[in-house]
Formats: sequence, structure tokens, C-alpha cells
Amino acid sequence: MMFVPGNNPGMMADAHIYGPDSIMLDLEDSVTMAEKDAARLLVHNALKSIDYGNTEMVVRINPLNTPYGKKDVEAVVKAGVDVIRMPKTETADEVKELEAEILKVEEEIGAVGRTQIMAAIESALGVVNAYAIATASKRMMGIALGAEDYSANLKTNRTPGGAELLLAREQIVVAARAAGIACFDTVYSNLDDMETFRKEVELIKTLGFDGKSIINPRQIEIVNEVFTPSEKEINKARAVVAAIKEAQAKGSGVIAVNGKMVDRPVVIRAERTIALAIAAGVIDKEEAL
Amino acid sequence: MRNSKVVSLEEAIRQSGLKDGQTISFHHHFRGGDKVVNMVVDKLAQMGFKDLKLAASSLSDVHKPLIEHIKNGVITGISTSGLRGELADAISHGLLSEPVVFRSHGGRGSAIAKGELKIDVAFLGASSADELGNATGYGEKSICGSLGYALPDARYASHVVVLTDNLVEYPNMPQSISAADVESVVVVDSVGDSSKISSGAIRDSKNPRDILLAKQAAKVIINSGYFKDGFSIQTGTGGASLAAVKYIREEMIARGIKASFALGGITAHMVKLHEEGLIGKLIDVQSFDKVAAESIHNDPLHQEVSAVEYASGQHLGSATHALDIVILSALEVDTQFNVNVLVGSDGIIRGAIGGHQDTAADSALSIIVCPLLRGRIPCVVPKVTTLITPGKSVDVVVTEYGIAVNPGRPEIAQRLQEAGLKVVDINELAAKAASIIGTPDPLPFGDKVVGIVMNRDGSVLDKIYNIK
Amino acid sequence: MKEAIAGTLESGDIMITIGPGKGLEIALQSSVEAQFGRQIKAVITETLEGLGIKDAHVDAIDKGALDCTIRARVTAAAVRATGKDVWKD
Repeated sequence: MMFVPGNNPGMMADAHIYGPDSIMLDLEDSVTMAEKDAARLLVHNALKSIDYGNTEMVVRINPLNTPYGKKDVEAVVKAGVDVIRMPKTETADEVKELEAEILKVEEEIGAVGRTQIMAAIESALGVVNAYAIATASKRMMGIALGAEDYSANLKTNRTPGGAELLLAREQIVVAARAAGIACFDTVYSNLDDMETFRKEVELIKTLGFDGKSIINPRQIEIVNEVFTPSEKEINKARAVVAAIKEAQAKGSGVIAVNGKMVDRPVVIRAERTIALAIAAGVIDKEEAL
Repeated sequence: MRNSKVVSLEEAIRQSGLKDGQTISFHHHFRGGDKVVNMVVDKLAQMGFKDLKLAASSLSDVHKPLIEHIKNGVITGISTSGLRGELADAISHGLLSEPVVFRSHGGRGSAIAKGELKIDVAFLGASSADELGNATGYGEKSICGSLGYALPDARYASHVVVLTDNLVEYPNMPQSISAADVESVVVVDSVGDSSKISSGAIRDSKNPRDILLAKQAAKVIINSGYFKDGFSIQTGTGGASLAAVKYIREEMIARGIKASFALGGITAHMVKLHEEGLIGKLIDVQSFDKVAAESIHNDPLHQEVSAVEYASGQHLGSATHALDIVILSALEVDTQFNVNVLVGSDGIIRGAIGGHQDTAADSALSIIVCPLLRGRIPCVVPKVTTLITPGKSVDVVVTEYGIAVNPGRPEIAQRLQEAGLKVVDINELAAKAASIIGTPDPLPFGDKVVGIVMNRDGSVLDKIYNIK
Repeated sequence: MKEAIAGTLESGDIMITIGPGKGLEIALQSSVEAQFGRQIKAVITETLEGLGIKDAHVDAIDKGALDCTIRARVTAAAVRATGKDVWKD
């Protein structure tokens, strides 16, 4: 998920050429108060006119308790955004309030149910309430960590190792998995330190995150490299998938690879590996089967 | 020293026997720092010369004082590879009564060699020279490295004047320009601003679009079928071209592939690969930075070539004929794969042919790297504003929206597709550009011809009209 | 209507200044004037008419903006000049 400032038309025009899975146009922190109105119009018109292909389009709106939040919802829902990212989410009630706002606009334009919600968790209270937030709406597609505000709220600083974020990250992954939705990690802002960035991406992949937020196209390749399954992983996954088919064909309930019994979690992981490999474009859909 | 050829500029001009109506020539190895063209033409104007034809290997922003000399009738004709800045703007609007003749570097070399471009007096700046005229691009005040574009002038001009700001003891060896070709030597305060002649630092582009284009270009090369041990390569100096070298290097190391030579304008990037043992030899017509200029001085496997030896279409021994892969840029590419690198999409001249025509025509694989759009300017268009490099010599066009392969090279399209690259029809790219920015209105060209684009074989390719 | 500005001089953007005028007067400076000047003016006119503005003086300094950006900037300037938003309060 690539962050793009919502008041920068040059960057908004071709952000998709770098191939991010999703683009988040930002109306919140990257836009000054004096430019909130202009950025909202820019994002609205860009979503309506620019062909972003099959890139998922997310807009981070301003909180609903500011003078901008509701207008942001109206502008982006009317423009057909895929996902609204709600900043600084702390409770399930806030999600329900956003859901009601979205529904109001969708009813007006006759497109009920089109808009999904992603909640950014950026405070201690939000982390504590992560599962309630993740299950607050059927529109909820994912939850994400916003680490800058979170670490400030904890009265600490961000460190290269990220020890201060460990609980929040784990809590968010657990909440998302329990709720059956996606989870995304926070941004890493130092573009000159790609080594630490790679370590962070490797860490969050191990923790179970589905993706990483990025602030520059130069970070995409590293995320893709880390998240794309290796040839070895793919081959192993294929063997498992083949074994399932063989077992099904025989009508047998027992699945075995190389003479070893395969448990259900292994099957799920294998299917996930294949899905990731297809998403990353390293194997074709037909080829996978 | 006995037989010293050192004289004043005025005396050198007198000795040359230059007459009104004749042709004088210059090289552009001092790039944006050049002081020679302006200094000499000022002197010629002062001495009362009129109606001179200026044959430069290229002209740039720094040559805007020529505007006054054109207005005063001192200069009445120009031939060059390129024009930029205010001079280009004025000429595009019809300043000069005769059209400017544009030739590629190889085209200029062979036109001089064959006498189609006859030079009466060549004024050739050098970073060092001795009293007899042995001259090099390596001196105390400036270092420009190769003098490749000046060598045809030195060899074929009727009279050769070398200008230098670093007179050294005889013999100045190894020399680029031989004393045997030189009639006069003029010592001046400065031939150029050395900070603009060659920059020391290598700047890697951080522009994400350049990086994207570079990675795509590198993937095209790696999967083209020409990326094998002993291949040869030439790249431009644009951000994307330079970045592409970086990715190609990684792949060369990974696969244990070495190149036999790199050609053309040589940069620090190429020198690095050469010094790492990844490129056997460097054939250098123009040294783009200080690292390249010093390497050509110190490294016997880094050799200077003249524009003729580099890229003449009519000398079968020229190096481009042995070239496998070239990466080139473009202002515009059209759906017939024709390329324009000279005239901006506002109709104003703002570039140079350089070696574009030559390398595209002779190489086994020519790759054009350009963004689909520059702001609201489309780079893939239905028809180029000005034809510089004919589409039949262009094989692949790399843009951020996909890679187009000339239908005449289906085997390359197939290899790229098999490698998983996004190969698209060039008509789709033009349509994509139009869908994003709309269709531009036609440019307001007048009916006066301000430029003639020559093909490298000496035929006329296109005409440039004045812009209103 | 008071005078108001929206947009920047960054590449890919357009800076629109709207003030009182009689009829629609558009003064355009653009890096792509020859090829797109006519279309840029048409988008400005269409956007203002869509907002019900028939009298205004518009100064536009264009840096290669796409039509959707021009629409957004003209609307933002018009909203600021008239105080009448396009979204609900």
C-alpha cells in the first residue's frame, strides 16, 4: 500500500505505474488545514478520471470529529473509492459512525455496500480494542498499524529494531486473523536505509502481516521480494496441493507428501503460498494447478 | 623552439587565408563550458568577416552570442548535430535565412571525410598542446578526455588552428590531434570553464520513474537474446540509461557474463565496469565525466576514436557496425517506431541527433527508453514532429506503461514475452497517452524551412519549419 | 465574489486565481499552450458553468496539469471565491 499525498497532482497521476497492490491517497496528515478543501476536490476528481487499472484505491480521510471528515467521506464515496481508511481508530463505535456516514452517501447515489473500511490503529486504546474494531463492521477489510502516533502515545520513540511496536503488531495480526480480515504494517520513512527497511519487512512478514505501507515507489521492490514465495517454497506448496488432489481422486482422507502425513495447517499454508505466488506474478493461474 | 607555430588568434586567422563565404568548424568537447566558438567568432566579427558558414559538431546554451553574429551577417549558415537554448529558440523562429543542416555524429564524420562538408578553417580547442600543435584533451586547466569529434576536422580541414590554455613542452604525447595536421597554435587564457567541461561526481538518479524505466530496459537487454559472453553495448547519459547499466552489471556478475567493449560517449559507470573486468575495452568518442577523461589518459584498453571510426555509415570499419546493443532516449516515438530527438513537441529545436541515427541503424538491438508522458507532453505519438531516426532501425521502445517491439523483430517480442515482460502494441501506448492527456492541437508551424535533417548516408530525411 | 486562489506551480499542477469579472475572461499561461491551450480553457469554462458561475476573471498558470486536476483546482478556487461549497455541511 503506497501512500501518496492528496494535494500533489503530479504524484497522483502515475502512482500506479510502479505496481503497488494498493494506493492510499492521503487527505489527513500530509495535507495542511488550509488545503483540506482543495485536496478533497483533487482526490475526488482523480478517482473519477484516472485509470488506475486494477490497483486497489484507498483514501485516508480526516477523523469524523474534525470539520473535514464527513465532507471527505461524501467526496470519496461519490468518486467510487474502494476503501476508506479511517485514521486514529480507537473504538468500535467510531467504525460504526463511519459506516453510517458511508451508507448515507451510498444511499444518495444508489450504490449501497460498495465502500469498504480499513481502520488504522494508532494509539494504546486502539491496540487494546483491536479485535472489537476489526469486527465492528462487515465493511471492514483490514486493520493497519500507524506507528508514529502509537509510539508517541506510548511515550517512547521508534527504533530500528522496532521493539516498541512488537505488542501492537502482534495484537493487530491476532485481531485481524480472529476477525478474518487483512492486516497491514506501518510505514518506514528513511529512504536512504534500505537495509533496515528490508529487515523490518522480513520481521512483519514473519509476524503474519499481509502487507507493508510504503511512502516511495523505491520501496516496492523490496516488499515484493520479501513477500514473494521462493521457488523452493512454491515447489513444496505444489507438492502439497498435488497430494490433496491425489487423495481426493482416491477418495482417501489421508494426505501424504513423500510418505509423510500432511496436517490441515500445512494445506492452508500451501494454498496461501500458491495464492501469493500468483499475486506476485511469478506463476500463472493455470500453471499453479 | 624552431618552427614554433604559436601565433596570436588574429595572426592565425590571417595565416589561414580565410575569406568571406567560407566554412569554419568547431568541436563540442568542452560542452556547456566552451569558450572557443564565442571567442573566435567575436574575433572574426571584429576583423570584418561576413557570410561565414559555421560547421560545429554541436552547439549548446553557451553559444547564444551567435545570435548577434547572425543578425550582423557574420554567420549566415550553420551545420551541427544539435542546438539548444536561446540560439535554438531564435533559429526555430526563423532567425537564420538559410536552414541549419543537422547531421548525426557519424553523418558529419563521413560528410567531412567524403568532402560533402568542406571545412576551410578548423578552430579546435585543446586542453593541452605543444608549439607544433600536438594536442590532447588532457591539461592542467581542463580535462575533456577524448577529442573524437574534432579528429575529422583536424584531418580534412584545409587549415587547422589549435587553441589551448595549456602550452606544454614538445612532444605532447600521446597526442589526439597530430602536429602534422596543424598549421597554427594559439595560446589563450581559457578554452573553457572546466567545471562545466566535466563534472567529477557520478549522480545516480533517485527519480522513481527513471529507476522503473532503467529496470525495464535492463530486463529487455538481459532477455533479448543478445546478452551473452562477449556482447558489446552503448548507452546514453540520461538518468534511466545510467541506472540501467547498474542493473545490467548485477546480472553480468550473477551469470558470469563479460562484455567485449563499450562504445560511444563513455561515463564513469562504464569505466567502473571496465576496471572490474566486466567490459574488456572502451571505445571513446567523447568522455562524459572526469573519471572517463582520466581513464582514457591512463588506460591503454580505453581508446579514443574519431567520429568517422565511431559511427560513419559509409565506412564499414566504423565501430557501430560491431555494436550489439544500444540504449537510447527520445523526445518522441511514433507508432511506426520513428524517433525524434531534436525538436520539442512545442516545435522548438531543443536537442541533438548525436549518435542516435548511427547506433540505431548499425546495432543488432536498439532500445529506446522514454516515459509515455512528460507532464502533459506525450512521448508516444501517432507521428513524430520531426523524423530523426527511421523506425526500421528501432527495435524496442520501453515505457512505464509497457514495452513495444517493432513488428519486424517478432523473435525479440517472443523472447521478452517468455521472460514475463509486459509487451504491448505501440498503437496501444499512443492510445493510452491520448486517453490520459487528450489529443494535442497541431503546432503553429510557418512555411519557412529553418532546419534540414540529414540521414547518415547524406540524404535528406526531414525538414523543420519555423514556429510562430 | 472575492478573489481566491487554488493550486500550485508544481509540475503537473495548475494555479487558478478567480476574481470578479464580466462574462468569463480566462488568461492562460501554459507550458503546453500551443497543443492544449484551447482544451484547458474549455475545461475551465465547463467547470465554472457547471458551478453556475457566468461572470468571473480567471488567471490560470498551467504546469502540464491533467483535465481532472484543472477541474479540481477551478472548483476549489470557485468555492473559496464564493464561499459556497460543493459538499454538504
